[in-house]
Amino acid sequence: MKNAIGREIPETISGIAAIKPFAGAFTTVPEMTRQAPKVKTIKPTDRKLVDSLVEVFKKIPVTDGMTLSFHHHFRNGDGVVNMVLATAAQLGLKNLTVALSSVFPVHAPIIEHVKNGVVTGLDTNYMSGPVAQAVSKGLFDKPVVLRTHGGRGRAIECGQLKIDVAFIAAPAADEYGNLNGVEGPAACGSLGYAFPDAQYADYVVAVTDYIGEYPLSPISIPQTRVDYVVKVECVGDPKGIVSGTTRITKDPVGLKIAETAAKVIQATGLIKNGFAFQTGAGGASLATAAFVRKMMEKDKVVGSFALGGITGYMVDMLESGLFKKLMDVQGFDLEAIRSLSTNPNHLEIGADFYASPFNAGCAVNQLDVVILGATEMDTDFNVNVVTGSDGVIMGGSGGHADAAAGAKVTIIVANLLRGRLPIIVDKVLTATTPGETIDVLVTERGVAVNPLRADLKEKFLAAGLPVKDIQELKQLAEKIAGAPKAVKTGEKIVAVVEYRDGTIIDVVRQVEG
Amino acid sequence: MASIAKTAQAGTLESSDVMITVAPGTQGSGIVIELESIVLAQYGEEIKIILEKTVKDQGITDIYIKAVDRGALDCTIYARTLAALSRAGAVLKEEII
Amino acid sequence: MDLRRSMLFIPGNNPGMLQNGGVFGADSVILDLEDAVAPMEKDAARFLVAQALRTVDYGASETVVRINPLDTFAAVDIKAIVPCCPDAILVPKVESAADIHQVAAMIAAAEKTDQTPVKIIALLETPCGIVEAYHIAKADPRVVALALGAEDYTAGLGAMRTKEGTEIFTARTIVINAAAAANVQSIDTPYTDANDEEGLLADTQLAKRLGFKGKLSINPRQIDVIHTVFNPSLNDIDWAQQVIHAIRKAEAEGSGVASLNGKMVDLPIVNRAERILHLAELLGLMGGEK
Repeated sequence: MKNAIGREIPETISGIAAIKPFAGAFTTVPEMTRQAPKVKTIKPTDRKLVDSLVEVFKKIPVTDGMTLSFHHHFRNGDGVVNMVLATAAQLGLKNLTVALSSVFPVHAPIIEHVKNGVVTGLDTNYMSGPVAQAVSKGLFDKPVVLRTHGGRGRAIECGQLKIDVAFIAAPAADEYGNLNGVEGPAACGSLGYAFPDAQYADYVVAVTDYIGEYPLSPISIPQTRVDYVVKVECVGDPKGIVSGTTRITKDPVGLKIAETAAKVIQATGLIKNGFAFQTGAGGASLATAAFVRKMMEKDKVVGSFALGGITGYMVDMLESGLFKKLMDVQGFDLEAIRSLSTNPNHLEIGADFYASPFNAGCAVNQLDVVILGATEMDTDFNVNVVTGSDGVIMGGSGGHADAAAGAKVTIIVANLLRGRLPIIVDKVLTATTPGETIDVLVTERGVAVNPLRADLKEKFLAAGLPVKDIQELKQLAEKIAGAPKAVKTGEKIVAVVEYRDGTIIDVVRQVEG
Repeated sequence: MASIAKTAQAGTLESSDVMITVAPGTQGSGIVIELESIVLAQYGEEIKIILEKTVKDQGITDIYIKAVDRGALDCTIYARTLAALSRAGAVLKEEII
Repeated sequence: MDLRRSMLFIPGNNPGMLQNGGVFGADSVILDLEDAVAPMEKDAARFLVAQALRTVDYGASETVVRINPLDTFAAVDIKAIVPCCPDAILVPKVESAADIHQVAAMIAAAEKTDQTPVKIIALLETPCGIVEAYHIAKADPRVVALALGAEDYTAGLGAMRTKEGTEIFTARTIVINAAAAANVQSIDTPYTDANDEEGLLADTQLAKRLGFKGKLSINPRQIDVIHTVFNPSLNDIDWAQQVIHAIRKAEAEGSGVASLNGKMVDLPIVNRAERILHLAELLGLMGGEK
């Protein structure tokens, strides 16, 4: 069956329940109540501290076929996923589903666990490294479920992703299960992606290497939802957890794109007091933020909030008075951690608060502008952030589709030609974010505006910006580089791409070789 | 000239460039191309066509070409191939350049 | 006269930069076969630049090629490049009118029959070049501009190159004066600290005040600042329009003398006003009235 953006979705997919095809960014509405974990009690003398993961596995008990969940706040410095899965393998468990919000190269051991039958399902919002490549080559028997950050929160709350045991890697815990992410040697900042898991999992196990005095303060995840606390030697590598400040790109073409994007934002008229902004942490997005900053400083604009993954650069903008508040769902560096732990205007928010479409309103709905990337865009403005030009999975929506839906103006910044490859194609290999939520594409050779936004196009033309038709840009790219041959994929579906509302917007098929 | 006098190289492994190595081919060996490219699936055929056409237009019939491509455009592949041929002792036909 | 507010150097041996040279909006792009290219790669760069001229769309930017000096590879550069129809050749280390005659002859021999004549921009980078500036500018109708190359020049003087540039002050004014006397453009030396935006602004403002019409640039990040300095301001345009209005009013009234704000508007003022309006029109700063 064809979904609302014309992608072919099978009626049924083995291993995936109830396929609902994507019907439009705001068309599908919820028809359920929130799912509820069983109510529990403990006696006043009971203690939660457990000596080892093996012991906690036995206490629960963790059994075959369960869904274990994890957050990705430790990024490529994470040690907890591997420790927990090694324990599962050690105890001879099978058929587990791993619901890990983002998969990084450090999680490569998952491949072995799949080959040994320990893990048979994966539920995630982003994949990179060996696991992503193995998935693309057909590692799993049943397809991986790819969600958005907001969609994962929604799926957990509404019962589509039912978690048996949430293992929450906690930089700091007290013996009674209060957790935060700002203390301890493995401090990571916000624990926002773990909030839905903590609220709705049947069992919640905190894994930490730092026990603070009771009661811990601040409290990000409360004792009332945490069943066990396991102290281990080391939860992760701090060097991999906090990457240090990301550098603004020095590439002249990237800077040109960033400068043009900033001029586009200025032309929307949205840079005024109360401005609300989200940008990615990569070099080109950060460069755009730097140009926007200059504009704000020049016109003495005070923004209301900046949202999303928080870096030292955003902290600096907060402390310089350019934004009144930061809303933080993920911290990237030590500055973000410092600011979160000391500044009352730096708020920690959960994945559901950030981006879930099925609640009384999420933070992305308050955005004026979001700057995003893309690996491909088609002439209907649909965007691919899941597969690279070779068809191999190298990412995932993360918050992409969420922020694009919520923001007043969604801007994609990208090179028209990445090396030789044109970014604009007739049909993206994998649709992740639907064109109706994408407003502008900024490249080094011109700016394309979604036909749905004639209002923006008028503003940009009046501002003297190099507006071009998206077909024109596509032809320009192909004139320079030649028309690329399409990548061939196999038949087997290796992943389903879920839109934030739970409908299926596309599928990813196996790559050959 | 049916082939070139010696082995020669031009180009780099930088992004958007192509490193071309040419070596003389024995009589009748034909135009043998070995291609590595970061965009092999999308542009591999087109790259091979340019390489072949470039040497044929210079009147060369027997040659071994190794190309390591980092996403070079046609004009870059052409220029690097001519440079390699020139360094290999080929006297290039000016009206085509 | 053509716009040459910014002239951006692009290394001739770098395919990635050659193919993107047109996106930065510089008035001219200089595809460099000289200092940017190692001696062993001069031949390969020549092929790259020739193909770039043939296939890359540089948009509204003028295409200039900096060839190697006359005592090394200028001859073979000109022979390979000129038939690819660059707009101009930038000749480094020009020391005399004879140098220009030599280059002009080589260009003429290499040009195809229907080709638009290739212009010459002389880069003065030595004390001799500065001494002969006027004669160099007058040497051939192809010469459209004199440019100053301060790094080599100060080495030739045995002086230290500084950011505030006192050591090149005289050379700058000589180049400007010689160019103006010969009715060609003068282009200032590049500001080499690509990270110092404030310093670039000050240096470019000085260049404009002295009379330069544009500036060489070594980094695309510099283009916007350079353009902002060389563009007429709204005040400039306003003033110029008032001058022209005063002149027209005087003509309509049959009076021989126009005045603006109590001051007489004489020919030099009119010329300056017309130059400003012409530049403003070229840059689309006029907003359609007039």
